[in-house]
Amino acid sequence: MRRALGLDRPLWQQYWTWLLAFARGDWGYSFSDGRPVAARIFERMPATLELVGVSLLCAVALTLPAGILAALRRGRWFDRVTTIASMAGISVPGFWLGLLLQMIFAVGLGWLPSSGRTTPGGGDFIDHLQHLVLPAAVLAIVLASSWSRYLRGSMLDTLSLPFIVSARARGLPARRVVLRHALRHALGPLVAVATVDAALLVSGAVVTESVFAWPGLGSLFTEALARRDYTVLMALLMLSATAVVAFNVVADFAHAAIDPRVAAS
Amino acid sequence: MRLPALVLASLVAAAIAAPLVAPYAPEQIDLARRREAPSAIHLFGTDELGRDVFSRIVFGARVSLAVGLLSAVVAGACGIAVGGTAGYAGGAIDAALMRVTDAMLAIPRLPLLMIAAVVLQPSVARLILLIGVAGWMEMARVVRAECRALVGKGFVESAHAAGAGHARVVIRHLLPNTAQAVAVSLTLAVARGILLESALSFFGVGVRPPAASWGNMLYEAQSALGTEPWLAIAPGVCILLTTVSANAIGDRLASRSSS
Repeated sequence: MRRALGLDRPLWQQYWTWLLAFARGDWGYSFSDGRPVAARIFERMPATLELVGVSLLCAVALTLPAGILAALRRGRWFDRVTTIASMAGISVPGFWLGLLLQMIFAVGLGWLPSSGRTTPGGGDFIDHLQHLVLPAAVLAIVLASSWSRYLRGSMLDTLSLPFIVSARARGLPARRVVLRHALRHALGPLVAVATVDAALLVSGAVVTESVFAWPGLGSLFTEALARRDYTVLMALLMLSATAVVAFNVVADFAHAAIDPRVAAS
Repeated sequence: MRLPALVLASLVAAAIAAPLVAPYAPEQIDLARRREAPSAIHLFGTDELGRDVFSRIVFGARVSLAVGLLSAVVAGACGIAVGGTAGYAGGAIDAALMRVTDAMLAIPRLPLLMIAAVVLQPSVARLILLIGVAGWMEMARVVRAECRALVGKGFVESAHAAGAGHARVVIRHLLPNTAQAVAVSLTLAVARGILLESALSFFGVGVRPPAASWGNMLYEAQSALGTEPWLAIAPGVCILLTTVSANAIGDRLASRSSS
């Protein structure tokens, strides 16, 4: 039995066999229900992609105005408020923020559903959207807090550079100087550091999905963890590490596209 | 820097003096006074076993703060060792160590720690080691960058000329010059350690009941959000106060070193 399953071979050989099989798309079978791991993962993937996609969009929509305005009005009230808010956002435990929003908007006010992706039995588009609001808000707040700090910092650095001063001196409208000249320059470093947060996004998805019972990969992970379903856990961990690396590569290209000096070096 | 430092110091002081500060024993069960809302007798209310939430917060601070502070020390020691070696040696050793660091950074920390915690069922001491060992990469990068910048300076060369060995140059001449950057990185590691402990305990794989930690108090509070919200608010506010203070101190230290 041990020989037949290869359990008598050294650990690294077993791992290598698993890795090769993983690369070929053979991810094994779930310990808990015997179905193929790949099937279990792919049925959960759309929910996670939806949540993460919407959260990323919201995070960008929060980051750009917050970071730019805070840098332009340095030291004024808007800057102070966003600085404090973003400091709180990077410090808050994501799951607690989720619990808090659940307590306020789902339990207290009853405006939004507290968990799941739709009302049991399926709902319409509005119902779907209502379920999405709270989990997406948690992820977006955590990401935007971190990003807007970077953007504010790199905008401040950029605004003091000679080419901005000269653009202003040539009489270009302030809006054009900020949005066309400064923002493009300031976005480069932001894109570069934002990749560090790709791993944060994965952890955030695990936490948020579990708190809100969002039926995606994150809650698949915690379910598999509770059942000691190691085949599913290994596949998920490998998949997320691959995703983080892929994200980094994409960000490198994006950085080069935004800032030609990076591509040249 | 004064306010965050004051907040952090008083939390640590309360944790150290927990038996004096807490009005009740943290695991004292009083079934007659279960699920009571905050009042003069029970400042933060009571939980589903009638335990005093304020007392559990104070004793939980011992566990949560210890995990945060000590895991940062572990992470710092590993990070300084790796970063110092890479930065001083340069070349192939530097490249190899930094690729390992990058690879470690690509693995999402929380899920990895959750799996490790389920497999190892760690005590608090081992939890500190686990969180520390999972968090050395940022420190290694910072120390390496500082050392690379310093290694070509004249004082390093003169130390070599005076006959100092590799270890002596790194420990006596390079590392003291990275102190400021290390301090910034350490404060951030404290905040990260506390967040990780709370998340692990929240998922029931960190600090195990009946011992209290801020994270596992939230784990227990999760089932009573609608009826006893105070159970979820007090521990969360404590975590937030601690991490905000640590991050704010790190911020000030960083801006002081750059100006």
